[in-house]
Amino acid sequence: MANPLHTSTDVLVIGAGGAGMYAAIDAARQGARVLLIDRSLIGRGGATVMAQMTVAVALGAQTPDHWSHHYADTLAAGRGLCAEPLARLLCEEGPDCIREMDAWGIGWARRDGRIVQAQAPGHDRPRCVYVDFLNTGPAVSKTLRTVVNRTAGIRKAGDLAVVDLIVADGEVTGAAALHLVTGAAVTIAAKATVLATGGLTRLYRRNSASANMGGDGYALALRAGATLVDMEFVQFFPIGHLAPRLIGMDPIMWDPFRYKLGGRLLNGNKEEFTSRYGSDESGKYVLTRDLATYAIIKEVDAGRSSPHGGAYLSFEHCSAAALRAAFGPVIDRLAKNDIDLTRMPVEVAPIAHYHMGGITADARMATNVPGLYAAGEAVGGANGANRLSGNAITEALVFGRRAGRSAAEWAAGIAAQPFRPEVARASLDLIAADGGGAGPNTAEMITKLQATMADEVGPLRDAARLRRALARIEELTVALGERPFGAPTAFDLRRLEWFDLRNMLLVAGAVAATALARQESRGAHQREDFPETEASWRVNQIVHWRDSELALVRNPAAVEMAAQ
Amino acid sequence: MTEHAQLKIWRGVDRAAGRWERYEVPFEPGQSVLDGLRWIRANRDPSLAIRFSCINANACKECMIELDGKTVYACTARLEPREMMLAPLANKPLLRDLVTEIAPPAERLS
Ligand SMILES: Cc1cc2nc3c(=O)[nH]c(=O)nc-3n(C[C@H](O)[C@H](O)[C@H](O)COP(=O)(O)OP(=O)(O)OC[C@H]3O[C@@H](n4cnc5c(N)ncnc54)[C@H](O)[C@@H]3O)c2cc1C
Ligand code: FES
Repeated sequence: MANPLHTSTDVLVIGAGGAGMYAAIDAARQGARVLLIDRSLIGRGGATVMAQMTVAVALGAQTPDHWSHHYADTLAAGRGLCAEPLARLLCEEGPDCIREMDAWGIGWARRDGRIVQAQAPGHDRPRCVYVDFLNTGPAVSKTLRTVVNRTAGIRKAGDLAVVDLIVADGEVTGAAALHLVTGAAVTIAAKATVLATGGLTRLYRRNSASANMGGDGYALALRAGATLVDMEFVQFFPIGHLAPRLIGMDPIMWDPFRYKLGGRLLNGNKEEFTSRYGSDESGKYVLTRDLATYAIIKEVDAGRSSPHGGAYLSFEHCSAAALRAAFGPVIDRLAKNDIDLTRMPVEVAPIAHYHMGGITADARMATNVPGLYAAGEAVGGANGANRLSGNAITEALVFGRRAGRSAAEWAAGIAAQPFRPEVARASLDLIAADGGGAGPNTAEMITKLQATMADEVGPLRDAARLRRALARIEELTVALGERPFGAPTAFDLRRLEWFDLRNMLLVAGAVAATALARQESRGAHQREDFPETEASWRVNQIVHWRDSELALVRNPAAVEMAAQ
Repeated sequence: MTEHAQLKIWRGVDRAAGRWERYEVPFEPGQSVLDGLRWIRANRDPSLAIRFSCINANACKECMIELDGKTVYACTARLEPREMMLAPLANKPLLRDLVTEIAPPAERLS
């Protein structure tokens, strides 16, 4: 390990989900040499492959539609905080990406030759395309992976966890990574770098995340001098599966069931309750995610929870035939888990699902640091204080494509690699460090951080809880120390967790600090001590990392910030 | 009384010089073998190497191991209140404990 491995490329794409793979494809189409890397396997490690439902896009295949309607719905859901140029890009270019995916053979569900578009909450008309049955994400992933494989100019490498971006003279010039297979430190020189690392929901105890969604990209960006926006807005998915234990399925799988068949949400006394919180669903599925989350938590707080601390979701009014018609083989997978929906309700509760906040980028996906671009869920701002269902995959595709193009253009203007090995020294030393001993139990520390975030920085917040969270995050940061423990070696999960915690704690601090500062309630951020939405808080909070401290700046000009 | 699963897990970095270690894991009906392995790491021994991403969705296909001699996904195989033998895949290069090199050759660092 004395000589770290080194490679170079025009465009480095970090993260091989929907955003990263599309970025790689488009950068290569512009003629750039691309290196696409992931801490997991290519196309398998993140949220994209796990998504089961729908993709929102104004195709107008089902009912006449125009991107401006989708845009209006997106802004309304964002409750005044959307970075409008990003929201506009998402809505305007969505149809094009969806058609390109269609041409690549993804197999969007069709009826009579036309792509089917389903209705989803918050959208003014049927707008959501999908791949049956609950196969949207795997199909997106597989299609892009196939195109990546046949596109000349893209190299791929999995099992590479990026630890730091390498900044020289204020410019991002590549990255330093931990090679999981060997434990070695690797440097990558790049003329342009795209962060497509996805979200942060692994910070929470109950989540829909993979093990790779600890918010690495936000921490990498911050340490490189980029800023984050809207970090207080974590989306909770209201009806995540709670009980009985269900394996082999995504915990958010109930949404399409509820949507297609009108599942009933009931409290522990088997009463309907959402109408008490300002929404009368009356059999229809209209409640947005933030309101449904609020209603369930309030009902639990009032002592009316289901046995495992959530609410019941019941399909007992549906016939076996109707269930099978809507969900085909999924019914058999439920049966394997001893779940018969015609005879029993399941229990559901809010789980951390998506992050509205993220890296600040303009409509070219450029960050405030030259050479650094961002794409997908890693980017903040497009969805403001609350995201509409179906917007995240569209965002991944559209922003990915745009980031790949912008990065290739930037790289084309650079003659020689700006990377200098001496600048990467500190990061390489950290990756190769032998801090001695076994150190604390990193797996247990992650569990503790997740508990803190769930209990103190969940959907319902107040100053006392948020302060407790910040204190706890500080304690854990001290316990983690400055260097990983033990010597680098092959597939050392503890070492990876040490680097994960280094990022997770920084990002958790940014979420808690912005949540504490925002003294109002809006969208996914609900303060019990400040229950009203305040006009004066129609501002985005920008997070900087200065002299190893988080600094918050309020930016009323959300709209201009993201404009070019 | 809580029931337990007895997990007998192959540990090591060299197939010729491995050892079996036993762990007792509290058992709840419906849990997966991966739940048990993650419990061991958080509560008993974080040095145990396992590989997984999606945890629940059976989407990443990273968690393949041998359970009582048969290839399974650790995240969909059920934990049971009995002795279960867990070993790395026999037909892939070993990295550590239950982790083998599973990335396609074109997707490896070179
Ligand atoms: C269970 C689930 C269901 C969902 N369903 C829907 C839906 O139906 N519709 C919808 O619109 N949205 C849905 N979403 C949200 C949507 O899937 C995501 O927002 C979107 O796929 C994000 O794509 P991405 O490419 O930005 O990130 P991801 O697909 O998460 O990819 C990020 C990649 O970066 C890698 N990575 C992270 N850190 C590093 C690092 N340090 N070094 C190297 N690589 C790294 C990860 O391993 C991962 O492969 C769902 C999300 C989940 C979790
Ligand atoms: S952990 Fe992803 S398939 Fe088992």
